[in-house]
Amino acid sequence: MVVDEVELDDVFHALADGTRRDIVVRTLRDEYSVSALSRLYPMTFAAVQKHVAVLERAALVTKRRSGREQLVTGNVDTVRRAARLLDQLELVWRDRLDRFGAILAEDPSPGDPA
Amino acid sequence: MTVTSVHKDPEARTMTLTAEFAATAAGVWQLWADPRRLERWWGPPTHPATVVEHDLRPGGKVSYFVTGPDGERSPGWWRVLAVTAPYGLEFELGDPGIPALLVRVGIEERPGGTTRMVIVTTFPTTGAMDQLIGMGYEQGLTAAVDQITDVLGRPAAG
Repeated sequence: MVVDEVELDDVFHALADGTRRDIVVRTLRDEYSVSALSRLYPMTFAAVQKHVAVLERAALVTKRRSGREQLVTGNVDTVRRAARLLDQLELVWRDRLDRFGAILAEDPSPGDPA
Repeated sequence: MTVTSVHKDPEARTMTLTAEFAATAAGVWQLWADPRRLERWWGPPTHPATVVEHDLRPGGKVSYFVTGPDGERSPGWWRVLAVTAPYGLEFELGDPGIPALLVRVGIEERPGGTTRMVIVTTFPTTGAMDQLIGMGYEQGLTAAVDQITDVLGRPAAG
């Protein structure tokens, strides 16, 4: 199930890490520079930059450049899209069961498969 | 309309669909057990399914691909966990692009000659999502997280 180019399993993968979740939550609220973020965690600038890159690929954050800074903003739409997964699944299964019922209506007691 | 009820339980991360058919349990079971019949309902008309492997035994695998309108094939699989023909089936469902789901199928004959089929789909344990929601609440991020909460459950109070 591909939704707007970003695969939802990339989204879930990106959210599986505590630091990345924290970055998403913070940047949904305020824009942060990568260097400001890197001061928040006991890790190198490069490591934080890698986390941001994973989040960016999953469209959970967007990055823009401002002078020498890279500014990171959370992307609410992607969070919402992940949230809609169950609704999408409901539609998929409803359609499946409608077809299931239609086949049974044609042939309610099928014998052994040919 | 085949589906008689849909119930979503965000706490348990399950979605339960109940359907009733004028058929025997054996008849209903055939639609799972016969790969050619399975192909007729698994994929939508725009994306018909072709079943490649079909081993309905615990530990067995069902693999298939669906073919889109442009001819593009997209694979999927089941890892079969339990089978009680013709009354039930449990498998892990993997589709590209979404996390694997647990699917439990129960088939039960009803008085009056109908058969009820209950499908319980369990969303993967997304502790990650829960935590995100929890943190969001702590930080007053209701706007961003309200919609996930509806689906995946509220964080524990306090």
